[in-house]
Amino acid sequence: MIKLSNITKSFGAQQVINGLSLEIPDKKTVVIIGRSGCGKSVLLKHMIGLLKPDAGSIFIKDRDIAKLNSKELDEARRHFGMLFQGAALFDSLTVAENVGFALERFTKKSPVEIRNIVKEKLALVGLENVEEKKPAELSGGMKKRVGLARAIAMDPEIILYDEPTTGLDPIMSDTINELIVSLQQKLKITSVVVTHDMKSAYHIGDKIAMMYDGKIIEEGTPAEIQNTNNATVRQFISGSSKGPIQVLG
Amino acid sequence: MVFLAEAGKFTGLFGQILLWTFKKPSEGKNIFEQMVLIGNKSLGVVTITSLSTGMILALQTGTAIERKISGAANMLGGIVSLALTRELAPVLIGLVMAGKIGSAIAAEIGTMNVTEQVDALKTMATNPVKYLGVPRFISAIFMLPLLTIYADLLGTLGGLFISLNIFDGTTTGYFDSLNMYMRLDDVFKGLFKTIFFGAIIAVVGCQKGFETEGGAEGVGKSTTSSVVISSMLILVTDYILTAFLW
Ligand SMILES: Nc1ncnc2c1ncn2[C@@H]1O[C@H](COP(=O)(O)OP(=O)(O)OP(=O)(O)O)[C@@H](O)[C@H]1O
Ligand SMILES: [Mg+2]
Repeated sequence: MIKLSNITKSFGAQQVINGLSLEIPDKKTVVIIGRSGCGKSVLLKHMIGLLKPDAGSIFIKDRDIAKLNSKELDEARRHFGMLFQGAALFDSLTVAENVGFALERFTKKSPVEIRNIVKEKLALVGLENVEEKKPAELSGGMKKRVGLARAIAMDPEIILYDEPTTGLDPIMSDTINELIVSLQQKLKITSVVVTHDMKSAYHIGDKIAMMYDGKIIEEGTPAEIQNTNNATVRQFISGSSKGPIQVLG
Repeated sequence: MVFLAEAGKFTGLFGQILLWTFKKPSEGKNIFEQMVLIGNKSLGVVTITSLSTGMILALQTGTAIERKISGAANMLGGIVSLALTRELAPVLIGLVMAGKIGSAIAAEIGTMNVTEQVDALKTMATNPVKYLGVPRFISAIFMLPLLTIYADLLGTLGGLFISLNIFDGTTTGYFDSLNMYMRLDDVFKGLFKTIFFGAIIAVVGCQKGFETEGGAEGVGKSTTSSVVISSMLILVTDYILTAFLW
């Protein structure tokens, strides 16, 4: 379980997270929605210790991630996979080296075994024959999927997805959604998914949480969110420019 | 104050690099790749720099000496090789490499930083200083002396070329004077300096890369400042080493 209690975070004068609390239950998928720039990516980075909260605590399996030393943090991170919003593939490495990065560094697997795992993970995200390409030769959506293959390469227990389907065509989006669902169902993975795509949010989420003004203002099952009385959430999920959320401001 | 803060950051990174150098898993493959990369990238500029420096040295000193003494060609070997090995080759290679390799390090790591590749390394339990810093540091402190040896040789040959073609010197005359004036420790002292220059180039390049923020513009700034800072540090260090060590 990931448990964030009352965290705050500012960059300079800008308060991005302001007393946010959220629980991610084991083996469930929690979807985080919210407007562009509201701090969803910042929130994900807190869960894996890339950013430290100014106040509040983040517990992963009963350990406060902000209090771990670098060795313990590395140890904790081995249980994580993370898909970055911009994929964050290593430019200087090939696709195969990117996906096999952790396998090569942290396992005793032979090059042949690694090659097979890489091929298998790439197939899961709908890619083949791209192993020897460099990231610069891929389309945006392909990069995203290679990033996803890399995130799941070590069969992590927790996966953080930052907008996994943004930039993908509708069919590929659905494929990735199905992949997220099947990873969670078959391998009992805990997932946190940031997305703007409400259709996939309803489809993959056990729980949906809406972030607004540095806090989680509403959370519930997809059905609960769809029938919410909260005007802010209603405006967001229906995608309307009219309502309590000011477009400018 | 700004100066002290900067110096503190470089020293801190230097310490971390040393610490991570000896931790597993070893970065052997990365180190080898970096060495090849540095060699490949630099051979051209080092060739041009050292050849022309050797030739200019011979031309200038030869012309000056001939005003008073005839037969300057027979002294050129000693003058050129001494000036090259003790001072000019190390410092010029240092400065050229600061421009070529230091900037490349800052730009590459800086880009990785602003595109979240450095964060991605961390999430995969890989320390960026170890994975990126250590290989660049080790290759720089090995490759600078190697390239300087090459520059010493080439510059000396450049001097010989001028001596033969402009001043009617002979090959034996050139090398006789070289033999008479030069000691092996001149070469070693010069090479010793370049280890420091290599360390400066790598540490400054890495530090500037790791502190890059703000997209392409930030990468440009880091690249420029890494070249300026490491060039200055190389010159100052050169003076300190020369003044206090011999
Ligand atoms: N390293 C940083 N330094 C300064 N400000 C930052 C940093 N990272 C994020 N921010 C700021 O925090 C706010 C939230 O950014 P974040 O990337 O989390 O938004 P987001 O909700 O993921 O948006 P999007 O849906 O567009 O990806 C933004 O206003 C951004 O400018
Ligand atoms: Mg984001």
